[in-house]
Amino acid sequence: MSSPDTATAVRPARRLTIARAIAEAIGQEMERDSDVLVMGEDIAKLGGVFGTTTGLLDRFGPERVRDTPISETAFIGAAVGLAASGMRPVVELMFVDFFGVCMDAIYNLAAKQSYFSGGQVTCPMVLMTSVGGGYGDAGQHSQALYATFGHLPGLKVVIPSNAHDAKGLMLAAIRDPNPVIFMYHKALQGMGWLGTVQRSITDAPEGDYVVPLGKAKCVREGEDVTVVGLGLSVHQALDAAGRLAEEGVSAEVIDLISIAPVDRETVRASVRRTGRLLVVDDDYLSYGVGAEIIASVCEAGIPLLVPPQRIAFPDIPVPFTPVMEHFVLPNADKVAAAVRQMMEVPN
Amino acid sequence: MNGASNASDRLWMYATMVKSRHFEALIKPAYFEGKSPVFNMAKGPLPGEMHLSDGQEPCAVGVCAHLRPGDTITATHRPHHVAIAKGVDLDAMAAEIFGKASGLAGGRGGHMHLFDARVNFACSGIIAQGLGPAVGAALASKLRGDDTVAVAFLGEGAANQGAFHEALNLASVWKVPAVFVIEDNAYGISVSKRDCTAVERNADRAAAYSMPGHFVAGNDADAVHAIAGEAIARARRGEGPSLIEIETCRLEGHFMGDAEGYRPAGEVERLKARDPIPAYRARLLADGFEAIDLDRAEAEARAAVDAAFAFARAAAYPDPEEAFAHVFA
Ligand SMILES: Cc1ncc(C[n+]2csc(CCOP(=O)(O)OP(=O)(O)O)c2C)c(N)n1
Ligand SMILES: [Mg+2]
Repeated sequence: MSSPDTATAVRPARRLTIARAIAEAIGQEMERDSDVLVMGEDIAKLGGVFGTTTGLLDRFGPERVRDTPISETAFIGAAVGLAASGMRPVVELMFVDFFGVCMDAIYNLAAKQSYFSGGQVTCPMVLMTSVGGGYGDAGQHSQALYATFGHLPGLKVVIPSNAHDAKGLMLAAIRDPNPVIFMYHKALQGMGWLGTVQRSITDAPEGDYVVPLGKAKCVREGEDVTVVGLGLSVHQALDAAGRLAEEGVSAEVIDLISIAPVDRETVRASVRRTGRLLVVDDDYLSYGVGAEIIASVCEAGIPLLVPPQRIAFPDIPVPFTPVMEHFVLPNADKVAAAVRQMMEVPN
Repeated sequence: MNGASNASDRLWMYATMVKSRHFEALIKPAYFEGKSPVFNMAKGPLPGEMHLSDGQEPCAVGVCAHLRPGDTITATHRPHHVAIAKGVDLDAMAAEIFGKASGLAGGRGGHMHLFDARVNFACSGIIAQGLGPAVGAALASKLRGDDTVAVAFLGEGAANQGAFHEALNLASVWKVPAVFVIEDNAYGISVSKRDCTAVERNADRAAAYSMPGHFVAGNDADAVHAIAGEAIARARRGEGPSLIEIETCRLEGHFMGDAEGYRPAGEVERLKARDPIPAYRARLLADGFEAIDLDRAEAEARAAVDAAFAFARAAAYPDPEEAFAHVFA
């Protein structure tokens, strides 16, 4: 979907973090569409705790770039009202863990505006938030909660694994007439104070392009096994696939990008070829993304050489101490080990 | 309980402020271990966010001087000073922050989730989450007919959260022995109170819930002690909740590693020049306390903290499998 950009042929490749990509997308859309505004805690003067709004206050001023009080019920409800009034709010609540205080405005209001009004009222808003742990921030600052949001009809949910997709997804999300939960993973964000998986820092066109909501992408082709991930787990799958290749195992890696809507067909097409399916994510295991993807494949009657597998965060709160947290978090070693086991079973 | 604090409370408040400050003074270098030359929050013996309370000690000691182990406290993401003043086990608290097996929760909670049921202390990382539980603890006290109280600490930023207003209303309607203590350090992360709060004084909000609202100026332990004594005694007498707003200051960043670009130039220097701990020492000396007594109390406080850190450092990490324990009771 990238629009051909004549400048891209000559300009040197840029190295964009997901944080910069998000801020660039929002800024470009604010230039293009005066109905777009941004609000949230620490997003104006500070530019967002996770850098998603850096520079926007200086460019667009405090009317369109608003620091809010710590009043999520009010400002997320207000975003729904803005959206119903024809504006396009981009709202940040810095950690997905905090959504408990304002969930009503999200799942009973934003998600149901269109339905309850029989299509008269739309809710074109983006709600962005950070997800994930792995850095010792304990159980109220480290959850992923993909499935919690993916479960709720009326919400679109995306999570980019790299800067290119982050920018295109944000542009698509702002233009979409529905509420979009835009999750960015802290381990990919490119903050100066937290390590970042280098592969998430990519080139991205300077101009306008969208990455469509609801489409998965094959990010590494392979023949023996399909490994499905999203956000951080895409990188764990790619790392594992690299190691497995040296052992003669060819793993295909699918980046889901979106979990609502979820692109079941791209996954099914891959598993039809490989006959093996492993899903990796860092949300709680039960009722999660892994279960949904495996069900999609099983329901389609696709023959499998070995039972499908999933790696996720176990059904426990995220522990603080690193010895426990790293023990339970998914990682590339666990992915590789699971694939090896799936390959051992004779077909 | 009214009026000037007595000598033993004043000495305790001084020593406890020193203890809290020393605790955080030891956290600072430990936090940066493993995080240099490149700062990475995930690294070192103290990973994750670290919210220090330097400057806010008068709030903790002025309130906790009136509390007993049976009284409940719910505190915030910035909990050390309050935990120490409430008498949370110092060794186990330090060990928890280091993620060790002998920590308060065996390393599961960390610095934002300190629980010590022995002294009814809990804290949380979600803004204004502790207010409802404080109302509940206060109602339990009322139903049981004992004279314990519950105190909820919160930041001035949290006073804009819905839970604050709901909890105050509920506490008032149920007339429970709860005291709500706002530590006004002027900022919620980067956002100044002025830019996000509809009232100049949060104490004024008490009127909306038919309870006394007190404002304590000057970040002064004696002044906090006097007002808190009044509010807590009132709660113990069964006369209902109060709101206290304390003007205080945060001498450090919101969390360690905060570049603090949102502060006006020279602000931290100005605040440090009015550091409440040396100011309190000077006041006590002027009021006739002997330097030798203050020095002794101070040395004891530091020694307790040094011992707690030695304990925490030497303690073993938990077995990783322990992650699965205590999900359910
Ligand atoms: C519900 C919720 N929203 C946002 C946050 C993020 N957050 C953590 S601390 C903080 C500022 C709190 O300000 P204040 O209540 O004044 O306490 P202080 O940090 O100044 O002690 C914010 C917004 C959170 N933890 N929980
Ligand atoms: Mg504050």
